[in-house]
Amino acid sequence: MDYISLFVKSIFVDNMIFAYFLGMCSYLAVSKNVKTANGLGIAVIGVLLITLPVNYLLNKFVLQPGALAWLGEGFENVDLSFLSFIIFIAVIAAIVQIVEMVVEKFLPALYSSLGIFLPLIAVNCAILGGSLFMQQKDFASCGEAAVYALGSGIGWYLAIVALAAIREKMSYSHVPAGLKGLGITFIVVGMMGIAFMAFMGIKL
Amino acid sequence: MNENLKNTILNPIFKGNPISVLVLGICSSLAVTVQLKGACVMALSVIAVTGLSSFVVSLLRNTIPNRVRIIVQLVVVALMVILVDQFLKAYAYSIDKQLSVYIGLIITNCIVMGRIEAFALGNKPGVSLLDGLANGAGYGMILVIVAFFRELLGSGTLFGFRVLPESYIPNNLVILPPMALILLGCIVWIQRSIQKDLQEK
Repeated sequence: MDYISLFVKSIFVDNMIFAYFLGMCSYLAVSKNVKTANGLGIAVIGVLLITLPVNYLLNKFVLQPGALAWLGEGFENVDLSFLSFIIFIAVIAAIVQIVEMVVEKFLPALYSSLGIFLPLIAVNCAILGGSLFMQQKDFASCGEAAVYALGSGIGWYLAIVALAAIREKMSYSHVPAGLKGLGITFIVVGMMGIAFMAFMGIKL
Repeated sequence: MNENLKNTILNPIFKGNPISVLVLGICSSLAVTVQLKGACVMALSVIAVTGLSSFVVSLLRNTIPNRVRIIVQLVVVALMVILVDQFLKAYAYSIDKQLSVYIGLIITNCIVMGRIEAFALGNKPGVSLLDGLANGAGYGMILVIVAFFRELLGSGTLFGFRVLPESYIPNNLVILPPMALILLGCIVWIQRSIQKDLQEK
């Protein structure tokens, strides 16, 4: 598949939030103001961009049915795909931990602004979801996996910044008491999702 | 003690519902609510995973070093999800295909980790098992309510059987993913209109 169309498709058509609801928990919890939303969005892009190619290589050379053929004879029939959940999540948790340490050491200013979000990302569904979709879509090369990661990360970033901006404005409007906070946020995300569906008809 | 036990079971289902009050675990849930059958299977899987992983982590709680606990917990949860996934692949293959990646995403469902962190690490295995099951049930209940309306209005059927008359024109908007969120917003609205103390300022 062409890189550019894959990139555009993963940002708009297959948007992580509006098409698949991935990463909703932190999406709703951290979208109260634009500044923090910005930080979390960037962290998600970064982590996706590192974990997806790593998981792609693991999937290609360890987990897929017959992937262990490079070990020599007798390994062609080994199928470890049932282990993929545990391997993917372990890789993600480990990488998040490493990224956290590196950022703390070399970019202390960024660390203090991202601080709490980095460990949270290990349990962000968008990251694991990215890996699982990558496995399902069966990309041809590591580059495609990386482009897909970048695209879905940017899609997630756009979605959270947009929602944070709307919620900041919304604090001035009169919402029915029972709908305040969580309820109206759900409905707003639903509306944004409907708007994003306009992209679904695009064939790339 | 008896009163405590009752609270442990009933609180997550109504007053402290993981989805509508605590906003946990929405990620892996809404895409599976197009049909009631898929939602029920998903709900049962989540109940099994939350219950079992809370139980196991609670058994291990005095031996897990504090610094690496997140990874240990993730491994326990991933193990339970693999068991559930293999079970579904063996006995309900078509539903497993329909739920696709969302079964795997139970691992990062915040309810599971949330209950382990908040409850199982500080309580005995028996109570933790109950707490996990009850939270899974609270989550499942919302899932089934949303799926009920989406399948009824979206295709006029329930569990695949036609309920509304043939003259009913299915509302295709309800099948689309964003409607799940809007329905969820309405559920939250109804719940908060009844339980006024939950309303936000």
